[in-house]
Amino acid sequence: MAAGSGGLKDATALVGIGQTPFAKRLPEDERALACRAVLAALDDAGIAPGEVDALASYTMEETDEVELAKACGFGDLTFFSKVGFGGGGSCATVAHLAAAITAGQASVGVAWRSRKRGSGPRPWTNTSVQLPTPAQWTRPYGLLRPADEIAMLTRRYLHEYGATRDHLFNVALACRNRANQNPAAIMYDRPLTREMYMTSRWISEPLCLFDNCLETDGALACVVVSAERARDCRRRPVYVHSAAQSLPAQHHGMVNYWNDDPLTGPAWSAARHLWKHSDLAPEDVDVAQIYDAFTPLVLLSLEGYGFCGRGEGGAFTEGGALEIGGLLPVNTGGGGLSEAYVHGFNLINEGVRQLRGSSTAQVPGASACLVTAGEGVPTSALLLRS
Amino acid sequence: MLRPVTDADGAPFWEYAAQGELRVQACAGCDEFRFPPRPCCPHCQSFESEWRPVSGRGRVWSYVVAHPPLLPDYAAQAPYNVVVVELDEAPRIRLVGNLVTGAGQPLGAFPPESIRIGARVRAVFHDGLPQWVPERS
Ligand SMILES: [Zn+2]
Repeated sequence: MAAGSGGLKDATALVGIGQTPFAKRLPEDERALACRAVLAALDDAGIAPGEVDALASYTMEETDEVELAKACGFGDLTFFSKVGFGGGGSCATVAHLAAAITAGQASVGVAWRSRKRGSGPRPWTNTSVQLPTPAQWTRPYGLLRPADEIAMLTRRYLHEYGATRDHLFNVALACRNRANQNPAAIMYDRPLTREMYMTSRWISEPLCLFDNCLETDGALACVVVSAERARDCRRRPVYVHSAAQSLPAQHHGMVNYWNDDPLTGPAWSAARHLWKHSDLAPEDVDVAQIYDAFTPLVLLSLEGYGFCGRGEGGAFTEGGALEIGGLLPVNTGGGGLSEAYVHGFNLINEGVRQLRGSSTAQVPGASACLVTAGEGVPTSALLLRS
Repeated sequence: MLRPVTDADGAPFWEYAAQGELRVQACAGCDEFRFPPRPCCPHCQSFESEWRPVSGRGRVWSYVVAHPPLLPDYAAQAPYNVVVVELDEAPRIRLVGNLVTGAGQPLGAFPPESIRIGARVRAVFHDGLPQWVPERS
């Protein structure tokens, strides 16, 4: 399809993915890890570093474009973008590259994420730096961590819809079961049981240890080119069928309880855009990679993206629905809960593997995959197809 | 303990709280309450606002019970509750706070198992911060 006439639909494709090992502690710094992931993704695509002319990443990324471009030997860059709101920006990196390439602003784009949260500092432990808004309204009362903020919404969600901790466990278990199949996952050899979940320590009630993502060191990257160029690449192209960013009206960030309707988060408006520009509907999605910094985000996203009705996210998880062979297998690499928490970028790469047919927990014949970014903050999503 | 790091929009809230008064920003153009405070009104775009006193009565909208790892001052009081209270006058205004046994009492002193969503509470003040105690029926 000619650039500009049909929007983003299938105009670009993911042709390379790369990653470093994931671990609680890696010896190299974030910049070196970023370079390794990016070069691995380019090698996977069969594209020389000198051909890269576009970069995209998201905020809280320590390696900047200048450092990455000179270290890896890129050509002249004609497009670079950094998406706001941390984990909400993961899918938007690919969306920005797809838009730039479709508009003719660049031809070979690389998106990446490098983090050392396993061994490095956590932002919420910093007592001296408090953003004036909204922290002045929450931090003095001891609502300190992202887990506390999401737990507040979770308690209300459980109360309003009759969902239970067993529903949250279903999410944690599906992710863990997939990680147990994925040798790259941090939790590859660590099965989870209901008893372990129910007796684990609390972090912020109603969220326990296993409702929280892993703290991880690691980096990932992917390569985006035009659909036309993709035909000549080493790998089977995975098309960017639809993409969305969303900062909904009267959104407040992690503290969505200041919104009139706190339990409809950014997923809802992202979904409206995503489906509007798609030939597919939720029932056509074979597998989903849903941002899982915390288990309840998956329930909220299942509702927001239209896999079930409002308030039905908990019930949707019953009967193994999220497992391989279930209604909607999710987070087939193990997700942020059990593979690695690298601000959701591992979900993008796993989406690509599913549509190449090369996942360690392959959904047979998968041809459409939803990938989402952080729910609870201004977010983004991708609908990928083979 | 962390002190509120205020901005220009939020400062009046804390100034009134220091005097033991709970006030919420309201639009002088269309009368709508808004929280958190901000420079102009999302309904009518007016930049005129006033700080309107509210009764300090409300209901628990949700709550968490925080456990370590936490910052040292908070870990020392954990597990403790954090509540979101919706105000009687403006149910869509929801303030984060703590349910305490009395103004200035330790955060962990209030038994978490006795907290209920919908429970009626009223504001008390300690050290410039609004806190919440159960309202006697
Ligand atoms: Zn107004």
